[in-house]
Amino acid sequence: MTTFLGMPATAPRGVGHLRGDQPFPRAAHDALGNSQLRRNLRHATTTIRGKSGRVIAELPDWQRLRDAGSAIKADVMSRLPDLLVQLESRVTEAGGVVHWAADANEANRIVTDLVRQTGSERVIKVKSMATQEIGLNEALEDGGITPVETDLAELIVQLGDDKPSHILVPAIHRNRSEIREIFLRAMPGVDPFLSDDPPALAAAARRYLRETFLSTSVAVSGANFAIAETGTLGVVESEGNGRMCLTLPDTLITVMGIEKVLPTWRDLEVFLQLLPRASTGERMNPYTTMWTGVTPGDGPQNFHLVLLDNGRSAVLADTVGRQALHCIRCSACLNVCPVYERTGGHAYGSVYPGPIGAVLSPQLTGIEDNASLPYASSLCGACFDACPVKIDIPSMLVHLRNKAPHSPAERAAMAAAAYTMSRPRLYASAQRAVKMARIAGRRGRGLPPPLSGWTAGRDLPEFPKQTFRDWWAQR
Amino acid sequence: MRIAFFATCLADTLFPEAAKATVRLLERLGHEVVFPFEQTCCGQMHINTGYQREALPLVKRYAQTFDRYEVIVVPSGSCAGSIRHQHTMVASSYGDAGLAARSESVAARTYELSELLIDVLKVEDVGAYYPHRVTYHPTCHSLRMIRVGDKPLRLLRQVRGLDLVELPAAEQCCGFGGTFALKNAETSTAMLADKMTNIVSTGADVCTAGDTSCLMHIGGGLSRLRTGVRTVHLAEILASTESS
Amino acid sequence: MTSSSRELILDRIRAALRDAPIVGEVPREYRPAGTDSADLDVLIDRLVDYKAEVYRVSAGEVAATAARLAGEGGAVLVPPGLPMEWRPEGALTDDGLAPDRIASAGAVLTAAAVAVAETGTIVLDASPDQGRRIITLLPDVHVCVLRPDQVVASVPDAIARLDPRRPLTWISGPSATSDIELNRVEGVHGPRHLHVLILDS
Repeated sequence: MTTFLGMPATAPRGVGHLRGDQPFPRAAHDALGNSQLRRNLRHATTTIRGKSGRVIAELPDWQRLRDAGSAIKADVMSRLPDLLVQLESRVTEAGGVVHWAADANEANRIVTDLVRQTGSERVIKVKSMATQEIGLNEALEDGGITPVETDLAELIVQLGDDKPSHILVPAIHRNRSEIREIFLRAMPGVDPFLSDDPPALAAAARRYLRETFLSTSVAVSGANFAIAETGTLGVVESEGNGRMCLTLPDTLITVMGIEKVLPTWRDLEVFLQLLPRASTGERMNPYTTMWTGVTPGDGPQNFHLVLLDNGRSAVLADTVGRQALHCIRCSACLNVCPVYERTGGHAYGSVYPGPIGAVLSPQLTGIEDNASLPYASSLCGACFDACPVKIDIPSMLVHLRNKAPHSPAERAAMAAAAYTMSRPRLYASAQRAVKMARIAGRRGRGLPPPLSGWTAGRDLPEFPKQTFRDWWAQR
Repeated sequence: MRIAFFATCLADTLFPEAAKATVRLLERLGHEVVFPFEQTCCGQMHINTGYQREALPLVKRYAQTFDRYEVIVVPSGSCAGSIRHQHTMVASSYGDAGLAARSESVAARTYELSELLIDVLKVEDVGAYYPHRVTYHPTCHSLRMIRVGDKPLRLLRQVRGLDLVELPAAEQCCGFGGTFALKNAETSTAMLADKMTNIVSTGADVCTAGDTSCLMHIGGGLSRLRTGVRTVHLAEILASTESS
Repeated sequence: MTSSSRELILDRIRAALRDAPIVGEVPREYRPAGTDSADLDVLIDRLVDYKAEVYRVSAGEVAATAARLAGEGGAVLVPPGLPMEWRPEGALTDDGLAPDRIASAGAVLTAAAVAVAETGTIVLDASPDQGRRIITLLPDVHVCVLRPDQVVASVPDAIARLDPRRPLTWISGPSATSDIELNRVEGVHGPRHLHVLILDS
């Protein structure tokens, strides 16, 4: 892949977690057959949809907040260079150090070097999509540094040697008894009589991580937002592991996608209402930490902010696709998606699963590398209605399908169909010929691929004796 | 009123009963129905599969065929959705500004059947009689693309003899999704399985909807499993009378 | 490397925005700050819903209540600027205590900056009566005193009152997680007990 200096570039291959090993339909095949997974996903997504619906209904101005959120994000994208430069100035003035990472490799190198400079061989991590995207944990391990995930779900994934399957709840594919088994197997010092009661599981994580929090001098986080006007960063969380990481260590390194910047402090009044209700279905998440540079005597005394491109500029260059950068990572679109509910997140290959992943991942990597993802949707539109910043995901899917590489056979079939359908006489005779397709077998059984996909689970309709247009002509 | 009828390629070819019912219904209500023979397909399958350039002649054909009519009806939420939300985009990307303007204008005059009846013809009770237990599946594009809301249900509630039963998780997609049903056939079938479970749980004899495409998918599954539940387009129910 | 990447990224973004998208005014038709007056009953309802415990007390009752909540033999940790009349006898003042001392306190007693009724949220801004962020993080019990005039109706009201240059901690109930089957469970890394003392006006 050639990159022209200064031209928008996609995320490089060979690093990070934006590309799966197999196309979506093949990956979905295994998930669909896993009854435990199907049950866990159905239970979790049904729960969250109910919770979220109830707290959203409490706000009389939810739709107006969505309108504002959507407009603020569009405004951010339109003047992103200025906002980033402003953010950089404010963070620097407040005692932070700002780094710019063109891609995953550079971000990993910057973070690894910063950790090395502290002399620490271990970092504590707050759950962050950006650091998962770039494969930071692997890079740190290669550099002899142990990353410890401190979010409960990330810990479950890390201890289970598993992969995250949801943006908000990476272990959504696991139920309580599976989590118990993982803890019993992989958590040092765990109570052998641990029950699968969720409070007991949470307490086990508390005990396990306490000492690590107190004895680790470097933390790595992501950020939910950064305010250009003030240089303020924020992390929205639940468990308090975020507060631990953002408060206790001497050094804090925050890796943030460039699209996360917001213009003004006041803009937070919109996103702090949208995010928790759309995300965990709470009026407010238990903890949100906001910090501006370094506060003498309180919290980390060394603060580094790494601004990450890694394909975002390429997304921004697509006038339709750039809406994907409006995403605030709430995962509401996953929770309402009928495809996600049945396949789970692993089928998408990328760390960004579900509807938003299906539009974001192919744009970050270039569509050739994730060509099946824009098709991993029935275009039902539930995601668009659920999105707190009104990202029109269905339209973007259609847009990306139009850019996706097509097989020669499909292209020929589509061209032939279009040719026929744009000529009414030819079309009418083709309609009559369809009836002849009955020779393919009664009710279509035994059709060749891809039509066999249809008949594997469904009958074809009885072919009518007469088309409508023939009936009309005889009337 | 003079109403131009866009039958859709699917109803024209495979489900002529739905198209005939639309004509019978509108004529019974005292309107004149016109069927322009130059019509073929709205191009939705091409657009949604990633073939916008190939869809251009179909978009152009739709605009040319129907530009001369004041009111156009289509018995499909998803074709109406494509015409109203996608045609102008394809016309401006691959055609020219003139076609885009024309597409936009025709789209604004194109109504899905329940919209035509309630918003334009201002009728809820169409005088239908249909003595069956029926459940209604609100198809995704009717619901979320063109936002027909409860219009089909309001029409069904006025049908004499009809026992309307609510479909659990009605707003969940049935899994059709056009070529999604082929490209992701297994996921599509998994979605269909849940939809069928919900349909069967209602005890209905008939599942109805405003789209022959989703009904073909749901009906194909119900038939394969020999559930005994059949799928019937909304127009066919509304066209039924005691004498039919 | 980094400085050249800065220019590279900014150049890429500028190139990506070649079409110079025009964006209209942001519509702020939601309820802005000042729309509703704060309702203490709503705050209490929301706090309790997220498993915080709420007490209505007079200023003179704060110290005894905090001491009781710290449990038998548990020290009450306080920030250096806590009003003297709230301090329980024998309270441990944070004057730069080591983390293990902080963690071993029976409870921490602080004031707050703002509370949001609609969401059941308390915001700390590290003022002298709230102290360093670490002191409200490590003890298992957080006792937080609110004056009624600190309660606002909504998130926009809170944003309008807060100073972003201060380190801010927004707290809505005790530490919790939704990571197990997407149900909220209280008690992970932060304080497992949040007690809110609302002063009589």
